Amino acid sequence: MGKADSDHARHLLHQMLRVRRLEEQCVELYSAAKIRGFLHVYIGEEAVAAGVMSTLAPDDAVVATYREHGHALLRGVPAGAILAEMYGHVEGCCRGRGGSMHLFDAGTRFFGGNAIVAGGLPLAVGLALADKMSGRSRVTVCFFGEGAVAEGAFHESLNLAALWQLPVLFCCENNLYAMGTALARSESQTDIALKAAGYEIASWSADGMDVLAVEEAARRAVDAVRAGGGPHFLELRTYRFRAHSMFDPERYRDKKEVSRWMERDPIDTLRKALETAGKLSEKDWKSIQREVEDEVKAAVEFAEAGTPEPLEDLTRFVYSERSPE
Amino acid sequence: MKTTYREAMRAAIRDAIQRDERVFLMGEDVGAYGGCFAVSLGLFEEFGPERIRDTPLSEAGFVGAGIGAALGGMRPIVEIMTVNFSLLALDQLVNNAATLLHMSGGQFNVPLVVRMTTGAGRQLGAQHSHSLEGWLAHIPGLRILTPATLEDARGMLWTALEDPDPVLIFEHGTLYNVAGELADDAGPVDISTAAVRRPGQDISLITYGGTLPAVLDAAARLAAEGIDAEVLDLRVLRPLDDAAILGSVAKTHRAVVVDEGWRSGSISAELSARITENAFFDLDAPVGRVCSAEVPLPYAKHLELAALPTVERIVAAAREAVGARG
Ligand SMILES: Cc1ncc(C[n+]2csc(CCOP(=O)(O)OP(=O)(O)O)c2C)c(N)n1
Repeated sequence: MGKADSDHARHLLHQMLRVRRLEEQCVELYSAAKIRGFLHVYIGEEAVAAGVMSTLAPDDAVVATYREHGHALLRGVPAGAILAEMYGHVEGCCRGRGGSMHLFDAGTRFFGGNAIVAGGLPLAVGLALADKMSGRSRVTVCFFGEGAVAEGAFHESLNLAALWQLPVLFCCENNLYAMGTALARSESQTDIALKAAGYEIASWSADGMDVLAVEEAARRAVDAVRAGGGPHFLELRTYRFRAHSMFDPERYRDKKEVSRWMERDPIDTLRKALETAGKLSEKDWKSIQREVEDEVKAAVEFAEAGTPEPLEDLTRFVYSERSPE
Repeated sequence: MKTTYREAMRAAIRDAIQRDERVFLMGEDVGAYGGCFAVSLGLFEEFGPERIRDTPLSEAGFVGAGIGAALGGMRPIVEIMTVNFSLLALDQLVNNAATLLHMSGGQFNVPLVVRMTTGAGRQLGAQHSHSLEGWLAHIPGLRILTPATLEDARGMLWTALEDPDPVLIFEHGTLYNVAGELADDAGPVDISTAAVRRPGQDISLITYGGTLPAVLDAAARLAAEGIDAEVLDLRVLRPLDDAAILGSVAKTHRAVVVDEGWRSGSISAELSARITENAFFDLDAPVGRVCSAEVPLPYAKHLELAALPTVERIVAAAREAVGARG
């Protein structure tokens, strides 16, 4: 591993740790009843968001699901704005109107945060259509779980994207379970990349526990999409270590399966690989951890210090404040 | 100039495409076929497949893509063949188009226009005849337009495209062939007010869209009997023009709402409630309603007619209101 490579790997490690710590903090805040609603954490899947996001340009677009804290954070939404949103404060990235499942940020072209399974796919197709019609070489990346594959919107979207050769990258985060439904209990064809290929879309799968593998596959795909190669599809094989949401008693999978996957923790794996290669000293790791701790602590303070939107503003943003005559 | 509702609508689409390079029309059979109701006939040849864009049969997919394209800076006009098929895209309309601005705390506008046909009267049976615009008018975040006249067919589209929020335009299927005079320089109209189509003193007949012609006929008949009915065309079902509605009732003291939707849970129920809430002491009679019978619209002509608000039923309801002790 050359110096540039190892610097970059350390950067990815840092990114994954940011997501991990922010979400561990969310779980704590949830247990302390500081934040409410549904909370879905991404713990275990960080390599996917970290690997894909690192290949995007600032004016690309990202569409995600309700398990999107990590996507938002790594897309550039400040941790404080994310947490403040969960507190329901006006300082949140959606002024407290979205909450955990509906994070949005115009500045980073982060288009949600969508709590309808597969609801974001058609939006991504449309964003890509707008880029294509306007002659821009931007890429739209759409994240969704393997559960979305059973929805009609998935098929409609893949068909449209391929038919119109749109610049969109579909990223299926295959963590094997849709709530408690294992893939094999919901799909007749469980090879998702193959299913996408049926729409004449170039599709690959990659190890979603290995951030470098994710990044490499994503870079290839993003480059191809940007070069006008039409839609691409990545199936990223990953696993969530925690329950589906804070309400899930997790009766559908056994603890041994979870601990087997935890041995492949994407953060530990990369850290060990770097240590073994002599590219990460104890001191480096400590300093990454400290930096992340500081960031999360500051985010909590920011969110705590936030203010609720005044009640008079309840019905703001239902319609635009500028309407045609 | 002599024209039809269909041609006025087409002129509006042509005009919008010429005015703004971000505008395009997308939907099932809008292109090569010329539009299921021939609204876009000829536009494919004129503007090509990029801007008159045929889609596969995938309402959720292309309505959602319209929302995405709007987010991406375009000004899509999405055509859904009929409101019945819009049910396949309700998720996108209700959960995305109507909510994104609010959920994003004001960051993401959805400047989308969706056009669709609504209504009965053509013996198409239940799955092509329903009037569900009242349902969609239930959804905050959407603007619901119901052009009933040539002026509105010609003029509402451009204003809707200027609106930063999603607008749904409902075109009643029986209106397309309505012919009449339209000013040569007819252009954009407002999309926020109701319009008095016939001023009167004795009763307010409140309606919109496809039932306006029947209500105007009813008003003419009532006039022959010495009842001077005011006809209010709502034009916009959301947000409703309360001032116009209450203003008319304050003048006439009686109201009958005519709505091709079903009575239960309908837009006419909302109108009746608003009138009683806000103008109870102006009223000389209970608010009347003429709606469709509560059945899936039947195919057989006599059954279909029996299910719909007709001139006779409107006249009868108005007579009853006027006859009520006041
Ligand atoms: C249309 C729709 N149906 C059902 C749900 C309820 N639901 C929320 S998450 C979920 C499972 C989705 O699983 P998957 O797509 O694999 O994503 P993951 O949660 O594993 O990231 C379901 C069924 C929903 N939000 N939307």
